[in-house]
Amino acid sequence: MRFYESEAKKLLAKHGIAPVPGKLAINAADAERIASELGGAVVLKAQVISPAAFKAGAVRTAANASEAKQAADALLRLDDGGRRPQGILVEQRIAGACSIAFTYDGTRKRPVMAASTSAGSIERIADEHPDRVVRRHFSALLPFSDYLAKELVNALGWKGAESTALTPVVSRLAQLFLKYDLTQLEVTLGKLDDGKLAAVDCRADMEVEGRRRQKAVLEELGIRVDDSRAVREPTPFEVEAAKIDVEDPRGVAGPVVEFDGNIGLVIGAGGGSLTLTDAVRRHGGRPANYAALGGNPSVKKAARLTKLILSKPGVEKIAVMSNVVSNTRADLVARGVIKAVTELGFKPAEKIAIFRVPGAWEADAFKILEKYGVEYCDRTVSISEAAKRAVDKIGKIGR
Amino acid sequence: MAMFIRVDIEDDVVRKTPGLAKKLVEVCPVNIFKLGSAEGTAETVEENVDECTLCDLCMQASPEGVRVVKLYES
Repeated sequence: MRFYESEAKKLLAKHGIAPVPGKLAINAADAERIASELGGAVVLKAQVISPAAFKAGAVRTAANASEAKQAADALLRLDDGGRRPQGILVEQRIAGACSIAFTYDGTRKRPVMAASTSAGSIERIADEHPDRVVRRHFSALLPFSDYLAKELVNALGWKGAESTALTPVVSRLAQLFLKYDLTQLEVTLGKLDDGKLAAVDCRADMEVEGRRRQKAVLEELGIRVDDSRAVREPTPFEVEAAKIDVEDPRGVAGPVVEFDGNIGLVIGAGGGSLTLTDAVRRHGGRPANYAALGGNPSVKKAARLTKLILSKPGVEKIAVMSNVVSNTRADLVARGVIKAVTELGFKPAEKIAIFRVPGAWEADAFKILEKYGVEYCDRTVSISEAAKRAVDKIGKIGR
Repeated sequence: MAMFIRVDIEDDVVRKTPGLAKKLVEVCPVNIFKLGSAEGTAETVEENVDECTLCDLCMQASPEGVRVVKLYES
């Protein structure tokens, strides 16, 4: 769940990390007034969350209050995935002195912090100048040690008073990253006239599953319970899929995201859905949707999701694929998808391009699939190969 | 209509065993059984039959009164 930058900076301020001087404007006149109060050059940031809005240019600079008004006027008209920007953050223009980012390292299965003396996105800096980024892993279970922060700062080459100033900031950032169930925290720090460090830019994402646990702080930031922070408004297809998930407590059907392809995906298991979507695309396929089915869904739930996907205009066939399942039963998924296909009046052998759900109760699943003539495979066929077989049956992009 | 599972109930056995009908309703994790209209009998809930998890709890409750058949093996 993405925070608007103004919210993320409130979170930092709560933990003693001041943002650069600035305020949130709700309209162009407000932006002009704030710019005038700040004096000099300002940065205006539309409070948006959709990547498309950022690409369209959600940040502008202005040399004076009059320019700030014009810039704010344009920024407030940005399309943020069907929403209007939630105001304009007008801030003093201060150069970034260093960037610090926190996220989880999926390979090491630990949180990691990275820093650079270049300003901007750590990911971009790491791509372009890997030698300018330093990293340290830390524990999500043990209290964060200031010593680790000191190590990171020293690795950056900051010494003496600079190191003394930056170390507690890194430490506090690490602590709030863990405390608020953040999945990503990226901060660019700059030096104010008095030499103190302040947050110039800030980006923070909270784990969606952490929302209930973090209810208090979300309330404090004024974030409503029904504010999904999706990058765009959900489509009717996605709304219907969410209903399927909510109405049947067994298992999980979702998140479901609609695309415009012809291959319906019923996919899941331990990150498998992302990998499988990528694999389908890599082999030239066009997914009609992204969906995650898991947590041992009922036959009805699997059937309803499959029916929804098959009812989507343009979907020619479905591919039912997953990583190795342990708690989800392959036979119940097989029953669900075959039931859906049959009840819609199609032949399973024609509509299901491939079934690759290896794991619990797969022997029974295979018997079901054999009976209905559906092509299936076990774990000896890789995710990539299964995706390729599905794409080969349905057709690649441009065909 | 169930496509994958059939649950056969031997009415005579269930009726003659006190409390068995209620027990079947209780043990099934996916609500395949409901009490029948006649005293001491049980019926299947057709729309739930394909949800059967093959846990065997009903057959353990009454090895002679209930039989679960995998239609995909026949």
